[in-house]
Amino acid sequence: MSERTENRTQVADVDRSLYDFTYSEEGYERYDDGLTPDIVRAISAKKDEPEWMLAMRLAALETYHAKEMAPNWGPSIAGLDMDHISTYVSPRTKQAKNWDDVPDDIKNTFERLGIPEAERESLAGVGAQYDSEIVYHNMREDVAKSGVIYTTIEDALHDPQWEPVVHEYFGKLIPPADHKFAALHYAVWSGGSFVYVPAGVKVEYPLQSYFRLNAEGAGQFEHTLIIVEEGADLHFIEGCSAPKYYEANLHAGAVELFVKDHARLRYSTIENWSKNMYNLNTKRARVGADAQMEWVSGSFGSHVSYLYPTTILAGDRSNCEFTGITFAGATQDLDTGCKVILNGANTTASVDTKSISKDGGCNTFRSSVVVGRHAANARCTVSCQSLMLDDISRSDTIPAMDVRNATASVGHEATIGRISDDTILYLMSRGCSEAEARTMVVGGFANPVSKELPLEYAVEMNNLIKLEMEGAIG
Amino acid sequence: MHSQLLRVSDVSAGTEDKPILHDVSLAVGAGETHVLMGPNGAGKSTLGRVVMGDPTYQVTSGSIFFDDADVTNEAADKRSLAGIFLSYQAPVEVPGVPLYSYLRTITQKRPELKMTARKFRARVGEIADQLDMGSSFLTRELNVGFSGGEKKKIEMLQLLLLRPKLAILDETDSGLDVDALSVVSKGIEAYRQDCDGSLLIITHNTRILERLTVDRTHVMVQGRMVAEGPGSLIDDIDAHGFEQFERAGEDGGAA
Repeated sequence: MSERTENRTQVADVDRSLYDFTYSEEGYERYDDGLTPDIVRAISAKKDEPEWMLAMRLAALETYHAKEMAPNWGPSIAGLDMDHISTYVSPRTKQAKNWDDVPDDIKNTFERLGIPEAERESLAGVGAQYDSEIVYHNMREDVAKSGVIYTTIEDALHDPQWEPVVHEYFGKLIPPADHKFAALHYAVWSGGSFVYVPAGVKVEYPLQSYFRLNAEGAGQFEHTLIIVEEGADLHFIEGCSAPKYYEANLHAGAVELFVKDHARLRYSTIENWSKNMYNLNTKRARVGADAQMEWVSGSFGSHVSYLYPTTILAGDRSNCEFTGITFAGATQDLDTGCKVILNGANTTASVDTKSISKDGGCNTFRSSVVVGRHAANARCTVSCQSLMLDDISRSDTIPAMDVRNATASVGHEATIGRISDDTILYLMSRGCSEAEARTMVVGGFANPVSKELPLEYAVEMNNLIKLEMEGAIG
Repeated sequence: MHSQLLRVSDVSAGTEDKPILHDVSLAVGAGETHVLMGPNGAGKSTLGRVVMGDPTYQVTSGSIFFDDADVTNEAADKRSLAGIFLSYQAPVEVPGVPLYSYLRTITQKRPELKMTARKFRARVGEIADQLDMGSSFLTRELNVGFSGGEKKKIEMLQLLLLRPKLAILDETDSGLDVDALSVVSKGIEAYRQDCDGSLLIITHNTRILERLTVDRTHVMVQGRMVAEGPGSLIDDIDAHGFEQFERAGEDGGAA
């Protein structure tokens, strides 16, 4: 038996206050609520952007206003009043390369979240965003020497070598007209990461970006652009959290991932937004021939989520694996899933998702599998398991399949279950309390996902489950 | 009777719509080995579960004392920590829970078993050897994908690790091949010797009893205790079956 599983059972319970603390935003630069061309121009001017970017922002703003507000097929976003969301809040600080140069309150935030420690121990590089701006960015020297670029999009735009690359890729996978909140994203985006891994370079340790939204009633609109060149290999981790506020917060980020031929990208997310957050995030990957895309996704927070990471298997023999878990408790309505588009011949995809609902929480798993006309012998399996912890919660599975090639094979299986009384009795009759027994079963249910995560994140996820489960039983 | 470890007094119990046990009494002294026999459907397993505290069954009258404390209304985890152990006929599978960390968790629930991680590892390895279990067992998930015989071995492993004062073995021998049966017998013997614990063995197969000295035999028919006697009563049942007691059960039912 490995030390790993043993250690995992010994993790002390985390304090509920771990995520739920705030600092004053006094002295911060906060733009007016609402959405006008003036605000968009102000954000762009602050960033001293190229003309094309400002033009793109303004066009996106028009698209945003032209598109209908609420979709009628998912959770309600009526509580989201865009006239009262501040699209830009900046802590008045310059981006630092050393944690000592980060202002104390912000540094404390990330220390409490364990970011600098993780950086010292197991990461190749870290970016940390606080509200609208990246406050810290650093990468190991040896990784930088191999030609890997890990910076903000803003900085890349100011670099003559990388500005044309950003111009070439930015907004190409997720066009501003994709949906209303994608348009909003392109109008007011700020922060995020730009990663470029040169051909053949295998980055040994993960890179991690952490997004923290501290300001009440604000939006976070980071843009992540990752290019993994031919034969290269990268693991990128994204973490998100925010303290609890009464006013609605909005997260409308965009993640564009380009995985070239023979390359491999693993993209892991642990999301624990507070329960007043509207998480309307868009993620998309384009995968070249013989390349591999792996998603690992844990969603615990937010009031409402619309989240369907999309993989386009463009190249022949490319492969996608999606492993995800969603945990919906009281007041949460999480509409999550994924989309896979198999266009190349002999492409393969495997989707394995789990959801847990309790205390009236609502989970909807929505998947879309499209097999293109030329995708001969494409193979795709979708498996969705739901666990309901009481009678007042809800779990739905809505799979869609569109298969246009007769040689393709697509499978779907879904199960919805509860924790059996016999299981609880078994564990209790060996000395576990009822609450411990339930937590153990739920942790086991989530185990296939947590074991895909790096150890620290697996531990964090198990702690999140414990936290959520503590609330379940008085 | 105050020196008895387990004392079941006039217990009637059942599910909401179906009474199963009628005025059942049974006492097991410290260090004793008792056998509970009876035809299928007599209520033997129900009695085991009622003693363990399965909330499926409500005790409508009578009481259960363990170690001089009234546990009639205690939850199963409290009874477990007090020293009652029930080995199930069909142990449940718990996906995703690694057997080893599970064993560590349930051991750590007991202050008297406090030990370092290193010592724990050694102890588990020792028991696994005793039960002819390869170490690969321990990396698997709790009971998931194990054969019937392997599951019983995992029950024995927990029994030897937790060192309860009383072990109720519910048909632990059923459905086992000869090899598995001998391993389970070894486990029971080890429990008797190392832990000096009491045993209540529910069975209708006398083979597992061959290597054990049985102090008392109880016979149940149709939810009632119909006979109690020394260990030699087993030989009698072996020779003549339950028929004689079944008549007694019917008489009792009519009374």
